[in-house]
Amino acid sequence: MPESVITILDLAIGGLLLGAIYALIAMGLSLQYGVARVLNIAHGEFIMIGAFATYTLYTVFGINPLLTLVIVGPIIFVIGFLLHRTMFRRLSITAPTPDAYEASSLLATFGLLFIIQNLALIGWGATPRAYSYLNFGVNIGGAVFTANRLVILGFAVAIGVGFYLFLIRTRMGKAIRAAAQDAKTAGLMGVNINLVLAICFGLGAVLAAVAGTLMSMRISLTPTIGLNYTVISIIIIVLGGLGSIPGSFIGGFILGIIGTVVTYYNPSLSLAAYYFIFVMLLLVRPKGIFGK
Amino acid sequence: MRMLEGEKVTKYFGGLAAVSEVDFYVEKGEIFGLIGPNGAGKTTLFNLISGAFTPKSGVIKFKDKKISGLKPYKICRMGMARTFQEVKIFTNMPAIQNVALGALFGTPKSLSPAKATKEAGELLDFVGFSVPQDVPAGGLTLVNQKRVEVARALATKADMVLLDELMAGLTPTETAEAMELVTRIRDRGVTVFMIEHVMKAIMGVCDRIMVLHHGEKIADGTPQEIAASKKVIEVYLGE
Amino acid sequence: MDISVFGSRKLWVAGLALLILVALATLPFYGSLYMTILMTAILMYIIITVSWVIFSGPSGYLSLASAAFFGIGIYASAILLPTTGAVLPVLVVVLIAGALSFVVAVLVGFLTLRLRGIYFAIFTFGLVELIKQFLLFWEFEVTHTRGRYVLLVDSRTIFYIMLGIFVALILTAYFIRNSKFGLALRSIGENEEAAAHSGVNVTMVKVITFGISAVFMGAAGATIAMRWTYIDPYIAFNSLFSFLPVLMAIFGGLGQFYGPVIGAAIFAYLEETLLTKFPYYYMLIFGCVLVGTMLFMPFGFTGLIQKGWRRLIGGQHADA
Repeated sequence: MPESVITILDLAIGGLLLGAIYALIAMGLSLQYGVARVLNIAHGEFIMIGAFATYTLYTVFGINPLLTLVIVGPIIFVIGFLLHRTMFRRLSITAPTPDAYEASSLLATFGLLFIIQNLALIGWGATPRAYSYLNFGVNIGGAVFTANRLVILGFAVAIGVGFYLFLIRTRMGKAIRAAAQDAKTAGLMGVNINLVLAICFGLGAVLAAVAGTLMSMRISLTPTIGLNYTVISIIIIVLGGLGSIPGSFIGGFILGIIGTVVTYYNPSLSLAAYYFIFVMLLLVRPKGIFGK
Repeated sequence: MRMLEGEKVTKYFGGLAAVSEVDFYVEKGEIFGLIGPNGAGKTTLFNLISGAFTPKSGVIKFKDKKISGLKPYKICRMGMARTFQEVKIFTNMPAIQNVALGALFGTPKSLSPAKATKEAGELLDFVGFSVPQDVPAGGLTLVNQKRVEVARALATKADMVLLDELMAGLTPTETAEAMELVTRIRDRGVTVFMIEHVMKAIMGVCDRIMVLHHGEKIADGTPQEIAASKKVIEVYLGE
Repeated sequence: MDISVFGSRKLWVAGLALLILVALATLPFYGSLYMTILMTAILMYIIITVSWVIFSGPSGYLSLASAAFFGIGIYASAILLPTTGAVLPVLVVVLIAGALSFVVAVLVGFLTLRLRGIYFAIFTFGLVELIKQFLLFWEFEVTHTRGRYVLLVDSRTIFYIMLGIFVALILTAYFIRNSKFGLALRSIGENEEAAAHSGVNVTMVKVITFGISAVFMGAAGATIAMRWTYIDPYIAFNSLFSFLPVLMAIFGGLGQFYGPVIGAAIFAYLEETLLTKFPYYYMLIFGCVLVGTMLFMPFGFTGLIQKGWRRLIGGQHADA
């Protein structure tokens, strides 16, 4: 294969991979903000926890990271679910207006951020860690791609598709979509809205943790990586339109592809590129692609 | 002279036309009424006129100057003030301060605080405000809150006021007083454009009336013409 | 209302304020060095909190940008006061820091204050990260340095500058309260749409107030940076300073003006003892306090801030 084609293929896979990861993270946040109306500033911390859990399970117990997906997933779901049931539920009861609830839940997640991040710092310390998994090359038609990249891409896409089917096909998925449109009416129509909101929050956390698990194969981990991803996922959900799950999916891919291409030319510029997009959005079209 | 003019004013929310190609005008010194079933687009039209929204297409002119697209505070200083369907007052401020605010910020030329307060006091008397003027506005009865809103609008030295459902929630006596207030406002030299549901009030007080339905104008004319219009009767199904 | 009683109460408050001011101004003479340093930190926390409340209180817009303006101030000191001898007088640096923060705040304000509150909260939150990443990029790619060393200024000078900023802030808050501008600001917080339709240029008032609140945060940052030897983007831009003022303002809503003062004193003390030895535990406690506070607030967040703002700044009327 000619050199340029390999580069393009490389960029394509990289873009899709980053896009898929971003899509997962953004859909998670979209579930939490779009449906449960909680702007979870601690979202990135769930990514970080997923990553660190995977690291520890692999380096200490030798558990395959892909297996960790099914271990960590349900645990994080329960944690997220309970968090909503106890903390955010209570906040929504005591808040005088929906805007006040958004503000107080945002602040509460800010507190969560500090709690989770510093517990991780106490537990794992600040030195960067990494592990190696599936770090060999795979030869496809003369070009060599790292195996774990292909695996991550495959799993991310599979999870994304699975989530999509869940939303479209299952009863709970339909309830979630109804609640995303109009929570109050959905509640009146017989949907157990409190259950749905808590599930959404839990699912949002799971998507983050899953993304963290997948990413942990390739990046260097410190307990402070979360914030960066939180800001990126916020940019994506604004790009996709606040409250739109399909929007965050597409937005994730857009940013992932842009990020990969920019990184190819200059790695330090990718974040600047994202922020530039953010500022442009706010100037020109704040409601994003699919915003109401 | 035409105080207010609108030409093919249109506003979309999502895919739905809230206001569609509406032409209208209000003569200086008139009391002009706007009626229509709920959801007809009446308040949206007011929002377009007062600057809260920008029309998708069409032009709105006030005193022959284009105002569509201007910010509310600019339109207010040009001489147009409004009240709101859900009475929007400053709940934690005394009634008189609510009114004085209009005099301080909404007038074409700014007033001194002392003068503004004095005018506020006079206006509260004019609208028939019936309790001590330093009571916090949040603690007032509905009718007095509405009076505060009207006084605030007048305090901006408005040449025209938009009254959005002034009579909503008022008792029959209060409604009669409100009708009389509207006439007195006009007698002061202020043009009135009012949205109402209370038919008796609007028919009794207005010089001309426009009817909106599903965002479109379906009729306009004198109260007699409107009352006789088959289209209007159909739409209201015998109110 | 008995006017003479009212008059003498005002006099009483003014007298007390003067007494406190004199006590503070002479502190370096009777207090230990440690006390001076601690008091500087306490003043700094109060400044950040009151600045934050000046804007977020009446407007109802939740600003999470405090760390950004604070950090801008810190970096202004870092850039303008290198170890190789001060090029500019210290006071000028502080003023420049304040002005820079003002400019950034006004830009951000024009961009985001015309949108819904959640966009503003999001963007101000991201602003801290944005500036941090930008500076990291700059230092990595352009200047090829990492962090900067700051000329150390003596604690007494730092204390007096911080005290000066504090006094300027209180005077500003007082003038805002008693001015037409302050009335416009309050009306926006009460009912923004009504204010706009009553002739208030709401965007301009919001943006300028946001800018004013940023000035003092930047100035405070520039001042405290003179006590730290080494500054880098991570140290200067810490989200902690975005939610500290919120937390302390929430306490302020509960009680009188003393709320933020007591809160500031506690946090300053905790900082001195815990921060150097157990930074993670310090922030952990913080997180727990914030969550706990949010959970057990009886009236919810906005109402409390509004009440706190009215208590802090006072009003010419009976508190409803």
